[in-house]
Amino acid sequence: MSIKALRGLLLPAVAVLTGCNTVLMSPSGDVALQQRDLIVTSTLLMLIIIVPVIALTLLFAWRYRASNKAAAYDPEWDHSTMLELLIWSAPLLIIIALGALTWVSTHKLDPYRPLDRLSAGHPVPTGVKPLTVDVVALDWKWLFIYPEQGIATVNEVAAPVDRPIEFKITASTVMNSFFIPALAGQIYAMPGMETKLQAVINKPGDFEGFSANYSGAGFSGMRFTFRGMSEDQFAQWVQQAKAGGALNREQYLELAHPSENDPVSRYASVAPGLFETIVDGCVRPDAVCIDGMAAPSAGAANNMPAMSEHPMSTMTSAKDSTGHSSASEVDSTAAKPASRPL
Amino acid sequence: MSKSPDLTTLIFGRLTWDAIPLHVPILLWTFIAVMLGAVAVLGALTYFRLWGYLWREWFTSIDHKKIGIMYIVLGLVMLLRGFADAIMMRLQQAISFGHSVGYLPPEHYDQIFTAHGVIMILFVAMPLVTGIMNYVVPLQIGARDVAFPFLNNFSFWMTTAGALLVMMSLFVGEFARTGWLAYPPLSGIAQSPDVGVDYYIWALQIAGVGTLLSGINLLVTIVKMRAPGMRLMKMPMFVWTALCTNVLIVAAFPVLTAVLALLALDRYVGTNFFTTVLGGNAMMYVNLIWIWGHPEVYILILPAFGIFSEVVPTFSRKRLFGYASMVYASVVITVLAYLVWLHHFFTMGSGASVNSFFGITTMIISIPTGAKLFNWLFTMYRGRITFEVPMLWTIAFMVTFTLGGMTGVMLAVPPADFALHNSLFLVAHFHNVIIGGVLFGLFAGINFWFPKAFGFRLDPFWGKCSFWFWVTGFYFAFMPLYVLGMMGVTRRLSHFDDPSLQIWFQIAAFGAVLIALGILCMLIQFYVSFRRREALRDHTGDPWDARTLEWSTSSPPPVYNFAFTPQIHDTDAWWQMKQHNYRRPVDGFLAIHMPKNTGAGIVLAGISMVFGFAMIWHMWLLVALSFLALLVVAIGHTFNYERDYYIPADEVTRVEALRTEQLASHV
Repeated sequence: MSIKALRGLLLPAVAVLTGCNTVLMSPSGDVALQQRDLIVTSTLLMLIIIVPVIALTLLFAWRYRASNKAAAYDPEWDHSTMLELLIWSAPLLIIIALGALTWVSTHKLDPYRPLDRLSAGHPVPTGVKPLTVDVVALDWKWLFIYPEQGIATVNEVAAPVDRPIEFKITASTVMNSFFIPALAGQIYAMPGMETKLQAVINKPGDFEGFSANYSGAGFSGMRFTFRGMSEDQFAQWVQQAKAGGALNREQYLELAHPSENDPVSRYASVAPGLFETIVDGCVRPDAVCIDGMAAPSAGAANNMPAMSEHPMSTMTSAKDSTGHSSASEVDSTAAKPASRPL
Repeated sequence: MSKSPDLTTLIFGRLTWDAIPLHVPILLWTFIAVMLGAVAVLGALTYFRLWGYLWREWFTSIDHKKIGIMYIVLGLVMLLRGFADAIMMRLQQAISFGHSVGYLPPEHYDQIFTAHGVIMILFVAMPLVTGIMNYVVPLQIGARDVAFPFLNNFSFWMTTAGALLVMMSLFVGEFARTGWLAYPPLSGIAQSPDVGVDYYIWALQIAGVGTLLSGINLLVTIVKMRAPGMRLMKMPMFVWTALCTNVLIVAAFPVLTAVLALLALDRYVGTNFFTTVLGGNAMMYVNLIWIWGHPEVYILILPAFGIFSEVVPTFSRKRLFGYASMVYASVVITVLAYLVWLHHFFTMGSGASVNSFFGITTMIISIPTGAKLFNWLFTMYRGRITFEVPMLWTIAFMVTFTLGGMTGVMLAVPPADFALHNSLFLVAHFHNVIIGGVLFGLFAGINFWFPKAFGFRLDPFWGKCSFWFWVTGFYFAFMPLYVLGMMGVTRRLSHFDDPSLQIWFQIAAFGAVLIALGILCMLIQFYVSFRRREALRDHTGDPWDARTLEWSTSSPPPVYNFAFTPQIHDTDAWWQMKQHNYRRPVDGFLAIHMPKNTGAGIVLAGISMVFGFAMIWHMWLLVALSFLALLVVAIGHTFNYERDYYIPADEVTRVEALRTEQLASHV
């Protein structure tokens, strides 16, 4: 409680110090908001030790200047058990507090963990399924696929306010990082991997999204708009996309060619299993699926006789061995044999 | 590669006239300026007949003092290059808004930030740190040289060969456009087919050999060559931090060599260690490179901590507070340096437990670091502080580094890192600790030990000018980046749309200009000090009334450092000797056994550079020839039996008599 009270008191001060209402200090999504609180709390905890150190440095430098003969001078004094204990234990105590905070918050804000609240005091109602958005970082634009709605968009993504969103994220060629500062923290988009991000937007509006990991020449223009909107507006937005063309494999390969500063575009339908084949790196008809290399399918065996099992070949490798959701990832990303190009 | 192996391809590989950037005005003018400068320097060297002198006294020298100085010269020259990159980036980001695309196209801008990172860490900070360790460590432990004097010379030239390869990439071909750690798949052959990444690989491999050998050398020197009486817990603090740093180098640099070798295999022979197909995985690269990369930053900061631990007691006229706890803190940092690498990529999708583990180990490092700060603080407490230039740098460090440490711990909280990772907040953080920690420490060290190396002090007025420009410049340049990070601005962007960001970039660019003035003042300081060297002359060998053994020698020390190996009774050996009215011996000198100069180091490094260049351009004939030459020279060198000589007792007596005279005339 005391930390909360302290936070309430000092938050405005910190906000002013860090350039007023920056996006990280006043976000619009609950996950980003909790991350903001964490930044503020950890800063305050550390200031307990930082402020005295800086103040004492300046104070001692001034007080014990050589010209100040009034100050005590003790040239042989080089040890004090009490002081030693103090200078090791004071930072230790802060770090114990911060470490506990880290352990708890890292688990609570694990991007793979399904949300349990929409905002402070509003738990996710039972039976609400998150909106799934498949994200592909292309050179150098973003493709968003909505499996439920059957649509896809480029460089624009939308979601209804107060509905949990589950992003499944991958990349076509190089590493990127999927980041909408107002919504939630970032996570890498990597080719051949699938990472996840759970988030919710609490306020309607247009927010900036971009790649936060340098990915080559077109990186600076690799930006998109994230739009938080009401359910009705979202339905309209989906309808708008329904007026576009179809995104089949050929068109995807066309889209995947490197290009910069692309405008928003929309697709009315998406080839089934497209996202999974992108993750497996086998949209091109002659490509071998990463996942398929482990399976003794005829085509794969012809191309790759030497490859048998490889533990890193599925996207579970994006999670560590303690990752709690790895089993479900295998399920969700194991491409159906029917959808295989081979 | 193997269409029809005609002679031109065999000899020149993929090097053609197109590789020379005659069509890029910035590079062309830089090239012309560099060439004019080079011609002027080479002409002057020839005119003043200095070639023979340089070759005999410096290039082939195995004297740790001269090698140390050469390392520092290399670091300072490369600082100019790295800073030129920095100010170009600051200018680009300050003007590239909306319709203006600035003056650097992405393919050029991306090379600049890559080169800036590589140069500043590996060819500025590393040579400066190694140079100071090389110069100071043998003197502080009462040794006459390092354990392997030839290896020392060879290490220096390998580092220089790496630096020259990076410089060459400016005018022949291009440098990597991948960021300073060259993550695949971006650095793979599919995404970066040109020579940039190959320059990166071979420059780092060749310099890495030098760094590793120098690490082994200093490690053995510290373990085996301490003067009698200098038990581990009587070593000066700087020697302790040097020991820790070299342990880190020996354990970490082979990882860099291995990971770059794997990347080279991927690029040259089509293996798939880091591709996304055939079982390869780029995440392995990211892990491996940071298993080297994180210890690397402690390799840089620990010697800086050591420098502060020498400077603070000297200028506070007081013993170092908490010596034992300082030692333990350094050792704890050394061990923990290996347990935190994953904090560089919390955002790669590890589970919460893994992320928390690495977050918490990272925070734990702040405990010994905090203890060190308190120890310096209580060394100042009840001292008599004089604000000479090294002490000014130290105080600026204590304030600045504390801030950088705080932002570092913020980044160590994984969910906070999700918001701050790769942002300008991160960029501000690591410049905060590397400039505010490493560089301030190195500048303190250079000002502190300069009189020892050259026999005259550095001019304090220009030193203070440089100090104030650097420190204010630092705050102007990097505080805005913290704010921009909070505004969600990511790093490595060459163009922005949001005009409200521009003012912050302009402030940062102003800060970079202040830092430029700081560097200029430093160069003026060297020049003015050289001109005023008689007024600034140090006749005593102990201009600061300091505490450790190096100050017991003349400035500069004789070739053999110590006529008699000293006996150590205290951590502050020289201070204790002064307290007990130590009298230097004036007769009874013996002949001194010393190692002989050799040109093998510079020749081997030169051939290595040619080999690297040939590998970069796929000049297979030259690759084979230079590799063969490397073997022949290396084996040939083992048959060189004339490696040592004796300085006759008469000569030692003569040198020491001069010193006696000098001391007598200036007491």
